[in-house]
Amino acid sequence: MQIHDHPTLKAEARNLNFYYGEAKALKGINMPIYDKKVTALIGPSGCGKSTYLRSFNRMHDLYPGNRYEGEIRFYPDNTNLLSPDVDPIEVRMRIGMVFQKPNPFPKSIYENVAYGLRVRGENNKRVLDDKVEHALKGAAIWDEVKDRLSDLASNLSGGQQQRLCIARALATDPELLLFDEPTSALDPIATGAIEELVHELKKRVTILIVTHNMQQAARVSDYTAYMYLGELIEFGKTDEIFIKPQDKRTEDYITGRMG
Amino acid sequence: MSANTPSDLPVVSDRLAKNAMRHASERVIEALLFSAAAVSVLTTIGIVYVLVSESIHFFQNVSIVDFLTDTQWTPLFDDAHFGIMVLVSGTLVSSLVALLVAIPMGTIIAIYLSEFANGKVREVAKPILELLGGIPTIVFGYFALLMVTPLLQKIFPELPGFSLLSAGLVMGIMIVPYIASLSEDAMRAVPMSLREGSYAMGSTRLHTALHVVVPAAFSGLAASYILAISRAVGETMILAVAAGMQPNLTWNPMEPAATITSFIVQVALGDLPHGSIGYQTIFAAGLTLILITLLFNILGQWLRRRFRENY
Repeated sequence: MQIHDHPTLKAEARNLNFYYGEAKALKGINMPIYDKKVTALIGPSGCGKSTYLRSFNRMHDLYPGNRYEGEIRFYPDNTNLLSPDVDPIEVRMRIGMVFQKPNPFPKSIYENVAYGLRVRGENNKRVLDDKVEHALKGAAIWDEVKDRLSDLASNLSGGQQQRLCIARALATDPELLLFDEPTSALDPIATGAIEELVHELKKRVTILIVTHNMQQAARVSDYTAYMYLGELIEFGKTDEIFIKPQDKRTEDYITGRMG
Repeated sequence: MSANTPSDLPVVSDRLAKNAMRHASERVIEALLFSAAAVSVLTTIGIVYVLVSESIHFFQNVSIVDFLTDTQWTPLFDDAHFGIMVLVSGTLVSSLVALLVAIPMGTIIAIYLSEFANGKVREVAKPILELLGGIPTIVFGYFALLMVTPLLQKIFPELPGFSLLSAGLVMGIMIVPYIASLSEDAMRAVPMSLREGSYAMGSTRLHTALHVVVPAAFSGLAASYILAISRAVGETMILAVAAGMQPNLTWNPMEPAATITSFIVQVALGDLPHGSIGYQTIFAAGLTLILITLLFNILGQWLRRRFRENY
């Protein structure tokens, strides 16, 4: 392991605080996200890992009373994603997200994947066909759905729906892909397929993944961050975090004494 | 559990007896609930029975072919004609005008309330909107006759004092709250996760509302439209007051015309001898009305099944 040879930065949280109304949910988080790597966020329920994840694509802007402090720098252009001058829609154009529960739209499989492209004004049938196929292949679901692209997405199984949601996010070539516990509603086989996919995807895209499952973090991620009560306790290479955590609290959590 | 040991057996049988008691009281409750449900079903059956049996007498005197094809409706004249299409045309034209107002307006209001309005606006606007649905239709009728018709006459000078257009427009306004309220409920029932999925793709509020929320809520929207159609077809007072009551086979909303309902009011107010042919027309007209409503309800059920979304 080349400890000092960190890859390029894709994003970086700087003194990030977040408030749900009065309640402070994130406390002074400083953390790098490395380009084309998988970073896992672990920690007990309510520790703020989903809140942190959802700050990257400004999901909190959808609800009144939420407030950010600090910055999330996004590279290479060094934009502060949280700046009030930055349009959250622009942010979401660059950062994709896959949710905890598969949430395909009430549309056909094809239209689900084409959705983001259409939002971006792409209506050329040939370009759409091409990108939809490419995204479905990228999400390892093409062979299962290629003969029924016009079927309703809700007819797919849960695991297929989640891969469809990944394809939907991939279709627009995001620079960063956020996964919010993407396998918590899936069976072990579907989970395995998604994990394999995450492994494959990091060749193309930077990934930030929230997971409750420590084995999953160990399996899929290059870097791991342990959060507790809104604070970032420890961040490091996954191997190091799992083999010799520096902080007692991280060790307790990983070894199952807490959480 | 100690209940499994042999010495406890009598206790078990006690428990069974108690169970039987519980069963009895539950059956009483079930019977009560059933009879409550039965009242409404029996009422419907009773109404249909009366309509059908009286209509049978009517159709013994008037052939169904004449009923459906005659172009005149003069049941009380010496030279009596019984062409129901005269009344059906008035009913359909006024309903169409009403729905052209109510469906777009109601849907837009619902989209606004569900997707754009903040909590405070919604809390104030929705009760006021629903209040509109509580205004007696006779008030709407005079509003159409005395306010809307003169206003329309400024735009269309040739518009007569009674018209399907004026009555239909006001009827549409009356129906807006039904559509808006039910559609808003349907859209609010769309899970937030779907909206988040759409926003996360970089979609705007309007795009999310039109491309994700409306399709997801479509079965609820369709249900509200069907209710609106039933309201429009069955609406009586506004038409009796503002559309004129003369039978007129027309598809032009600028003309006055009687509808099925306003004819029934007109005849019911007179003193027709029981059992006369004029008296029986009420039931034939009523039956036609029910059949039209039934038709739209079946269509609505089909639409709902066809577009049901499981999210």
